[in-house]
Amino acid sequence: MSVLELGTPVRTEIRPGPQPSPAAQNRRPRGKAWQRWISPLVLVVVWQIASSTGLLPERLLAAPSTVATTAVDLVQSGTLLTAIAVSLQRVLIGFAGGGLAGVGLALVAGLSHKGENAVDPIMQMLRALPFFGLIPLFILWFGIGETPKVLLVALAVSFPLYLNTFAGIRGVDAKLAEVARTVRLSKTQLIRHIVLPGALPQTLVGLRQSLGVAWLALIVAEQVNANAGLGYMINDAREFLRTDVIVVGLLVYSALGLLTDALVRLLERRALTWRREFLSK
Amino acid sequence: MATRVPVQVSDTARQPVASVRDLTRRFGERTVLDRLDLEIGRGEFIALLGRSGSGKSTLLRALAGLDGEVEGGLTVTDSVAVAFQEPRLIPWKRVHANITLGLPGKGAAQGPKERADAALAEVGLSERAGAWPLTLSGGEAQRASLARALVREPELLLLDEPFSALDALTRITIHQLVLQLWSVHRPAVLLVTHDVDEALLLADRVLVLDEGRIAHDSAVSTPRPRHRDDPDLLSLRATLLSALGVSPEGSS
Ligand SMILES: Nc1ncnc2c1ncn2[C@@H]1O[C@H](COP(=O)(O)OP(=O)(O)OP(=O)(O)O)[C@@H](O)[C@H]1O
Ligand SMILES: [Mg+2]
Repeated sequence: MSVLELGTPVRTEIRPGPQPSPAAQNRRPRGKAWQRWISPLVLVVVWQIASSTGLLPERLLAAPSTVATTAVDLVQSGTLLTAIAVSLQRVLIGFAGGGLAGVGLALVAGLSHKGENAVDPIMQMLRALPFFGLIPLFILWFGIGETPKVLLVALAVSFPLYLNTFAGIRGVDAKLAEVARTVRLSKTQLIRHIVLPGALPQTLVGLRQSLGVAWLALIVAEQVNANAGLGYMINDAREFLRTDVIVVGLLVYSALGLLTDALVRLLERRALTWRREFLSK
Repeated sequence: MATRVPVQVSDTARQPVASVRDLTRRFGERTVLDRLDLEIGRGEFIALLGRSGSGKSTLLRALAGLDGEVEGGLTVTDSVAVAFQEPRLIPWKRVHANITLGLPGKGAAQGPKERADAALAEVGLSERAGAWPLTLSGGEAQRASLARALVREPELLLLDEPFSALDALTRITIHQLVLQLWSVHRPAVLLVTHDVDEALLLADRVLVLDEGRIAHDSAVSTPRPRHRDDPDLLSLRATLLSALGVSPEGSS
């Protein structure tokens, strides 16, 4: 028996949360797409009226029009773009590091039982830690520079990717591994042609989850201490009661989140063309 | 003057491609294969019959070297190809890449690509070479799986109900194809089927698996091409049906 222990059933505690299939999410009744814009627009109009009439004081929440002009100002002065660049860089570095670590560890744990015994218990223990609770320790260890922020993002990112990739590898159909054996694929070929592509759909689910947490971790890290970036811009604005700047910051956070999510969806669509759902669209 | 050297049949040429002694397979309390003996000679075309659940696929898995938990003696050639009961195509590889999977690139007269093209043409799937397996019909998937096994030109070809999803016409074509490939490359074939007529039309030897053993083993010497209503085949058919526990129509 030269092949991985894929054939043997493995019991794992990992249950990645129920995920709607990507296709189900993409399939939305077409037709009157503009109708979906009515209620948000009404909301903005009501908000504007409330602000203009003084019902909603600027101190609590700036008017949409103020937010818009502030946004233009912030872009023109360069403040916003610098802040975005700093935050984006933190996320990217943290995401790359955490993603590599998560997928790498999942490969070690997923491809052999020895690896699983070595890696999985530790990952399960760490997973139980509330990692936002680690911020004080991180500050003690790494100060308040870039390191603790990037590390927090990396840590947050690595778990969803680890858990999903590990489950994906173990979920690869043992019957396909048998095919690989009967056509005499080597172990490396088995991993390349069967195991990794088979785990990919679940890894992509992990990727989406981890991008979500990446932004969350960044926001938390930037709230606690920062001297640059979107979080810093927001905190600074709070001191001067600039609710308009805060709202711009929040909008940018969510736009960036949506953007990265769209990127993953694009990736999913390209990588998983073999699935019937994608073809029938 | 050249002297005629008597042709030496080497020992390896006389050796069976598979030899099974006292093979036992248990699943918990259930004994599915019970001290089974079987020898498959070089180039022999064997059909294996047996009720559903009698252990035919279990025997095939053992012969394919996929079952690490069998007890008893098992010697099988290295050169085995399998078409499983379910097509088992790799969903993320297009049909053509499924056929070439694991084919050695070097040493063969033709490259893997050309061989796969030929195999696909033989099973009538050339047009679907670029398709994703999930878009194939049941019969198409089965033919692709068959092509993947045939293209390997093995010494032992294990076919687990490879024609079950084919319509009657395609089935006849594929029967001819398998017979033709068999007469060219002469692999030993072990064909699992539920169809007694199919077994009689194709095989040299028909086995019935029952209670974990080869309960019935008869040679079919009728020359090919065969016809269903050949008297020899008809009498053998009755014997096989009764071995399978079915009373043949018309009698008793
Ligand atoms: N992995 C397994 N665990 C438990 N029981 C099994 C397992 N594989 C097969 N069996 C049992 O062994 C028996 C023989 O199964 P097998 O698949 O060999 O039957 P078969 O003769 O191929 O039947 P069919 O004609 O329906 O394909 C069945 O009763 C089946 O339930
Ligand atoms: Mg079977």
